[in-house]
Amino acid sequence: MIRSHILVCAGAGCVSSKSRLVKEELLTRLKLQDLTEEIRVIETGCIGTCDLGPVLVLYPEGVFYQKVGVEDVAEIVEEHLVRGRVVQRLLYKEPLSEEILEKMADLEFFRRQYRIALHNTGAIDPDNIEEYIARDGYFALGKVLSEMTPETVISEIKQSGLRGRGGGGFPTGLKWEFAARSTSSTKFVVCNADEGDPGAFMDRSILEGDPHTIIESMAIAGYAIGADQGYVYCRAEYPLAIERFVSALEKAREMGFLGENVLGSTFSFELELRVGAGAFVCGEETALLSSIEGNRGEPRPRPPFPAVKGLWDSPTIINNVETYANIPSIILKGAEWFNKIGTEKSKGTKVFAMAGKINNTGLVEVPMGTTLRELVYEIGGGIPGNKKFKAAQTGGPSGGCLTEANLDTAMDYDTLLSLGSMMGSGGLIVMDENTCMVDIARFFLDFTKDESCGKCSPCRIGTTRMLQILERIVNGEGIPEDIDALEKLASFIKDTSLCGLGQSAPNPVLSTLRNFRDEYEAHIYDKRCPAGSCQALIHFTINAATCIGCGICAKHCPSSAIVGERKKPFSILDDQCVKCGVCVQECPFQAIERR
Amino acid sequence: MCQSSVLNTDSLSKIDAIVEKYRGAPGALIPVLHAVQAEFGYLSQDVQARVAECLNIPAVKVSGVVSFYHFFTDKAKGRFEVGICMGTACYVRGAAEIVREFEKHLGIKMGETTKDQKFTLSSTRCIGACGLAPVVTVNDDVYGKLTVDKVKDLVQSYREK
Repeated sequence: MIRSHILVCAGAGCVSSKSRLVKEELLTRLKLQDLTEEIRVIETGCIGTCDLGPVLVLYPEGVFYQKVGVEDVAEIVEEHLVRGRVVQRLLYKEPLSEEILEKMADLEFFRRQYRIALHNTGAIDPDNIEEYIARDGYFALGKVLSEMTPETVISEIKQSGLRGRGGGGFPTGLKWEFAARSTSSTKFVVCNADEGDPGAFMDRSILEGDPHTIIESMAIAGYAIGADQGYVYCRAEYPLAIERFVSALEKAREMGFLGENVLGSTFSFELELRVGAGAFVCGEETALLSSIEGNRGEPRPRPPFPAVKGLWDSPTIINNVETYANIPSIILKGAEWFNKIGTEKSKGTKVFAMAGKINNTGLVEVPMGTTLRELVYEIGGGIPGNKKFKAAQTGGPSGGCLTEANLDTAMDYDTLLSLGSMMGSGGLIVMDENTCMVDIARFFLDFTKDESCGKCSPCRIGTTRMLQILERIVNGEGIPEDIDALEKLASFIKDTSLCGLGQSAPNPVLSTLRNFRDEYEAHIYDKRCPAGSCQALIHFTINAATCIGCGICAKHCPSSAIVGERKKPFSILDDQCVKCGVCVQECPFQAIERR
Repeated sequence: MCQSSVLNTDSLSKIDAIVEKYRGAPGALIPVLHAVQAEFGYLSQDVQARVAECLNIPAVKVSGVVSFYHFFTDKAKGRFEVGICMGTACYVRGAAEIVREFEKHLGIKMGETTKDQKFTLSSTRCIGACGLAPVVTVNDDVYGKLTVDKVKDLVQSYREK
């Protein structure tokens, strides 16, 4: 009999932290203790606490061990599993209250979550279809095929109020209805898993941790609109997600959830995975379609919308991974249940990928309308080193930043738009007092300039021009006209670009200009970076009072920019200094200041 | 069988076999290029020409697709490809400093390959391991929470391989 289950997180984050070696060691140690019959080790998808990886959860108690190394495994087996004593030193400590917590459910990080899209991720073995079925997997597909008509499926999704989780927030049911209305004999269902927004990793985690949810939902969508073929378009940067999804496809086919006559019905559905090739613009739906067709991923004008004329000119619905992950629960529990969660116009939950300057980086799912403060301070455990919160970027390179003043705003699609940002796919990058907002705007423009497909000139040339101005500013060469020029260019690019990439590319600049104009001005007028981050504007000086003249700094300086006589204060030649900061690291007396 | 090329017969038959696998599938070009690049490491002009010939599409179309996508490359890469993640989370946590450190120790700039063909330094888009920022990959190995002082030893460990 199995008396205990050990979940080993095998999301990409934990795998990168060598969680598979931990699993191997667990299996070896259990064998040594002759416990393999009593204790099962299960590799799961992302549990969510990426920063604490590798993590283990031991059931039935639900004990949560973090930062487990291979060398810790013997102790867990001997102490916890043999003697029944929890290994205190591997437990989690809340960063703010410093309280040590034993159980996963007690962690603030998990306690405040409401998991719909992620309800299986981190809880089951993604490679085992039976575990998915045991948690009501494929029941929704069964219900749809045996009890519902395509019309009632669409009406249920419409009533649930589900909106697209990939960024735009378009009502999912409406999109399905447009495609269903078409009388075309060929239609397609597409899943957008081209999660290009840097800092967002929810789609990756769902594909890795719960691939069957996507297969099931896409089959439901196929039934609803009358399509028999689907495509999942996934980024090439996610090898683990690709591997697990392909393996899940085979298992679903073997069990009759895909293929001819699904579950013995008259409905047939096939699904194929297509791997992207590293182009951010392919996250835009029309560009994605042209990439699936085997072409350069260039967008085309809308209308006609894909629901009317999509893949190979046939009606096509495109939904994001997280959107699909909500469908089975809505079908099983009903639109009314879903409808009660969230805010008036944004129903359900949202998955956020929290990263940057935050203690608990990772993946969380919370009801729409959760405040930024709850996310950053309560779930996220605050900012490392007790530094000051400065801003949070949502919506990635298409979005904007939220400031301290917005900490208590209930976040949903509409409030974020009104604050000059957007929901986007749910990436949430936290920045502290050491992050320069001008440099962040430059970073995003550098990204969008690089990723502009080049088809329309406002985006291709406009983003290049904006980037040139921003580079000038962070290099200390900004001129007073620059702010005006940026604003003009931004509004021009927004109004005239062909697709969402260009239309939203200026957002990070506009948003930082609105909220942190003083930082731009400090760079331009005072040639100073208030956050102390822009290299060209930093100066290193040696404090003559604390310098003892040991010469260690001069020895390590790669550009021979430090001069002086031993036992007398040294000094730095500003014009030779490459601002690498090695001297600051090497000085045993903290005599070098960075300003 | 497709027509003549400057590639040797072994390479030719490898390409032919890959194309054959995808023949008839709609929009096969990108999956074919993925498979061919996995086999050869990069997509030289000759290889691209052969793919075009076998798929019976213009060479300019293949070249257009190869040059559009970051993932495809027409240049040979070093034995170890160091990919520095330049996603937002990694950038906020100091990826730019990590880049400078690698450039210093490898003696090359971003995008270049060392003369001994051992290392290529490249920036990657967000690999989604944001919890471990800053992240660097060396071929399939992932190094998370990297700091500037660890770079030298990391480079050295691959030099010795």
